[in-house]
Amino acid sequence: MAERQFMRVRPDMPPGHVRTPSYLRGKTGWVERTLGPFPNPEQLAYGNPADALPLMRVRFTMAEVWGADAPHPQDTVDAEIYAHWLELAEPPHAT
Amino acid sequence: MPHDHHDHLSPSGHPYRADDDHPLTYWQQMEIAIRELLIEKGVTTAAEINAQIDAMDSRNPSHGAAVVARAWTDPAFHEALMTAASAASREMGFDIGPMRLIAVENTVDVHNVVVCTLCSCYPRNLLGLPPDWYKSRAYRSRTVKEPRKVLAEFGVTLPETTTVRVHDSTADMRYIVIPTRPSGTDGWTADALADLVTRDSMIGTGVAKSPKAA
Repeated sequence: MAERQFMRVRPDMPPGHVRTPSYLRGKTGWVERTLGPFPNPEQLAYGNPADALPLMRVRFTMAEVWGADAPHPQDTVDAEIYAHWLELAEPPHAT
Repeated sequence: MPHDHHDHLSPSGHPYRADDDHPLTYWQQMEIAIRELLIEKGVTTAAEINAQIDAMDSRNPSHGAAVVARAWTDPAFHEALMTAASAASREMGFDIGPMRLIAVENTVDVHNVVVCTLCSCYPRNLLGLPPDWYKSRAYRSRTVKEPRKVLAEFGVTLPETTTVRVHDSTADMRYIVIPTRPSGTDGWTADALADLVTRDSMIGTGVAKSPKAA
């Protein structure tokens, strides 16, 4: 995955052990770097055989996560998101 | 004697802490049951469990401080640390186990701070156990939303021109902040510099001590 590629976190709310923070679901950021592959924690947590997945460090602006009236809209939050939670996206309007 | 006077202060001025006179919780019972079964079935021994607890307790922020001080004084190590922090820490001789580490560096333009919103992920193998506040709901929820307010409460007030980068430690990686090297330390040895590197400065909720304060 190219760095600086914009990606959107799937807005899903599935039950069970998920390591995608809900405050980032549905939000768009860009790939800061790609890590892994690491075993999918959603399978690992239940003792199941786990798929090896790329793990992306995705960088989001405060404007994207909390809205354009965030006090410091250009500050950022980086989070590690497993590849199956991400879909290709256009740059968000807020940045 | 402090009996039944929990609302009173000790001679040192602290409130007495209530005795924990309550039954074991479900998870405390579960932990004891599993530990006893593992020992009974010969999977592990009490000595091995104690040795592991000792190993965890022996890890402390001085390990991280040594890494930071070397990064300040050794350009080749600095580059190795920023590229592959786990390997660089191991090469220094720290037993960081399977921990996967990323180093993020503060500059005049960027201030980094680390949080784990989901639980309490922390580079324990390099910094020891996390402080209680790191695991608190307030720190975990506020740091990603209003990091500058949280930092100000820790005494770190940043200029508007500095970008704050919050790192939410959500999955497999752990993070160490490389604070900016204090001014007035030209020519200092790595050992002397390490004394200026605080635990909080490696989480990002503090800055390295100035030579005058140290």
